Amino acid sequence: MYVAVKGGERAIDNAHSWLAEERRGDTAIAELSVGQIREQLALAVNRVMAEGSLYDPDLAALAIKQARGDLIEAIFLIRAYRTTLPRIGHSRPLGTGAMACDRRISATFKDAPGGQVLGPTFDYTHRLLEFRLAADGAVPPTAEAEPQQGPVPHITGFLNRDGLIEEETASDEPPRDLTREPLEFPASRALRLQALARGDEGFVLSMAYSTQRGYGRNHPFVGELRVGQVAVEMDIPELGFAVEIGEITLTECETVNQFKGSKTEPPQFTRGYGLTLGHTERKAISMALVDRALRWKELGEDNVGAPAQDEEFVLSHADNIQATGFLEHIKLPHYVDFQSELELVRKLRAEAGQAGEART
Amino acid sequence: MTDLNQYNFAYLDEQTKRMIRRALLKALAIPGYQVPFASREMPMPYGWGTGGVQVSAACLTPEDRFKVIDQGADDTTNAVSIRKFFERTAGVETTERTAEATVIQTRHRIPEEPLGEGQILVYQVPIPEPLRFLEPRETETRKMHALEEYGLMHVKLYEDIARHGKIATSYAYPVKVQGRYVMDPSPIPKFDNPKMEMAAIQLFGAGREQRIYAVPPYTSVVSLDFEDHPFEASKVDQPCALCGAGDTYLDEVIMDDEGGRMFVCSDTDYCATRRAEGHLGALGVPAEDSAA
Amino acid sequence: MDTQSLTGGFADAPVEAARAFRAALQAMARPGRIEAIAGATPPAPLSPAAGTLLLTLADAETPVHLAPSHDRPALRDWLTFHTGAPLVGPGEAVFAVGAWAALQPLDAYRIGVPDYPDRSATLIVEMEGLSALRARLTGPGIKDVAALSLPDIAAFQRNALLFPLGLDFYFTAGDRLAALPRTTKVEAD
Repeated sequence: MYVAVKGGERAIDNAHSWLAEERRGDTAIAELSVGQIREQLALAVNRVMAEGSLYDPDLAALAIKQARGDLIEAIFLIRAYRTTLPRIGHSRPLGTGAMACDRRISATFKDAPGGQVLGPTFDYTHRLLEFRLAADGAVPPTAEAEPQQGPVPHITGFLNRDGLIEEETASDEPPRDLTREPLEFPASRALRLQALARGDEGFVLSMAYSTQRGYGRNHPFVGELRVGQVAVEMDIPELGFAVEIGEITLTECETVNQFKGSKTEPPQFTRGYGLTLGHTERKAISMALVDRALRWKELGEDNVGAPAQDEEFVLSHADNIQATGFLEHIKLPHYVDFQSELELVRKLRAEAGQAGEART
Repeated sequence: MTDLNQYNFAYLDEQTKRMIRRALLKALAIPGYQVPFASREMPMPYGWGTGGVQVSAACLTPEDRFKVIDQGADDTTNAVSIRKFFERTAGVETTERTAEATVIQTRHRIPEEPLGEGQILVYQVPIPEPLRFLEPRETETRKMHALEEYGLMHVKLYEDIARHGKIATSYAYPVKVQGRYVMDPSPIPKFDNPKMEMAAIQLFGAGREQRIYAVPPYTSVVSLDFEDHPFEASKVDQPCALCGAGDTYLDEVIMDDEGGRMFVCSDTDYCATRRAEGHLGALGVPAEDSAA
Repeated sequence: MDTQSLTGGFADAPVEAARAFRAALQAMARPGRIEAIAGATPPAPLSPAAGTLLLTLADAETPVHLAPSHDRPALRDWLTFHTGAPLVGPGEAVFAVGAWAALQPLDAYRIGVPDYPDRSATLIVEMEGLSALRARLTGPGIKDVAALSLPDIAAFQRNALLFPLGLDFYFTAGDRLAALPRTTKVEAD
């Protein structure tokens, strides 16, 4: 006698409650607050905001807590929440020239108007475990300077004056929206940048790295990397003018790339661009390199067959929520298809066996 | 758990539903053609039925009776999870009875019982492009569909015959719809292919790949084959051990460490209904006794 | 904009739109079948069926063309208020609505392109009435043969020849609707 296994529903409920228990961990240890995550794991929060495409540090911190620190799971929670939000309107284009910079460096000039500002960076720390942090996280006060007044000009603007770098022409055309319409190839640069901005940091980093190692090399210099706060403004039709609705932290990277010229363009420098939510500079620099690699066609360069030059490859595989979902779905039952494969293999083996016997 | 009452009827916002509904209507007007749509992130992972869930959400009305199957079974975990989702977000009645359902969402199977005019079958689709494993580029496969250039697919099937003596595709077996578009029937076993000419509406949703397609009722759906190697809807040559049915798709169940196994209907409702009607297989017991 | 344009929408949009869509889906899947569809009460001359269909499918992302028979200020205001759809000429329209004669010529509408045959207009043809008369229909969605009181024969035969490109049609009268996709073969009965 055989009785089919039932109880999927109970199994799911039990799994969920066990998961909640594991998330909490040892109850003798104090529970993490969302505020602690927001303040002390800020770079994790920033990554979740950037790839979740939603600027809300509190929700990102909550998602990290709920996801037990699995950042891709946290990004998924934010995306699923974000997609249910109504579209009330659109902000005006952000002016990163007016950014209140916490950090602003250029690798192409020793100094520049506005100055080099190192800011809070790991760059020159020695990567030695600080055992002191295990016991006591108190920090001595940091020296403070007067904030800089006025806009900080973009470094690439100085090159532009001499015509040494390609001109970016301004456009009033509203960019297409990756989250509201299906991705279509070939994609415009604006659409590619959108996809990269929410793409997986690891994937975009590896793609960028591959260009540096010769798979579509494009000789990048970090013209400028800046991190800071930018005002978000919205036009209010009833008022007839724009009002500031908040301030967000952004990371912007502009690379200056060598370009020997083509049939249509004189030799001049070209640009790669990266812009991400929060302080996420590894991602912004990676994005700029990949952006530049994907521009081979419009600049009249050769396609050397490098993965980072392949728009369909890069854009179809950059999204970690799509990737992880499809990867993990192979955990779901596939026994019906497996059964049909079993039958096929048995049949093919039986026929091969008969053919073998016939030969002997 | 999150209270889903704060979300809209059938979860999706109205603008998203309109976008999906427009895609569904064009899909019905061009049978077998994949309509691009701006798939949304759903509260379940891509690859777990987000396409099917979005299509179901766009179709359901409060009057519907909804059934979800995975591998032909109502009680597999993913089927349970999706059914619960719509119970909570759309408040629809759910059922395990194929005949009583008005909308059926499925993964990997077509129910054994023929579907009728009042029914809609929604398929979850992982890779909607039948040519994808022959040509990975969307820009190329789109051109091939536009030009009705399906030579590559025939070459692949013929290579199978040359190597194995038969077509070595056992599921997701490609079909041609109304003599025009080659279509992926989703990963159903090829045993199910002939059922696709049916009275119900068939809708296909691929969330991650952002495609919707459809087969209207009474539409020609032909499995690709060759004159000398005709298509064959194969299954294990055994009756169901529980209900004795000889014409259903069977799962192989391993019984013990000694290699003992039995074959049972993959369509759990069909099997239970037959047992309730008094049909018994070699190892079967009447339906009432096995309710566990 | 007068107050008439503010009324006549859905009272419970998610549920009424769901029911209306199901009727539209059934109609498109089964050419010639006449379905009931209700929910909206638009200003004249738009029928409740056509108004309900537009509220169900049109929004700011779908330009709508009002044929001369229906291009009235009250209707423009109503449609704009309830759907936000931009009102355009036939060449840009995703949906077009009007009497059969006013919708002509059909070659003004988009029929899709070979790569994207779905990028074609859907025409909503306002009729005096709908019945299973006059034209004989065969093709996908039809078991053996169906019949529908089409306003023309040759025009739909020409449209079907464009397949997989072509226009798709809804016919509306009062609270009834039927559909004719590009796949349907039309003959005079």
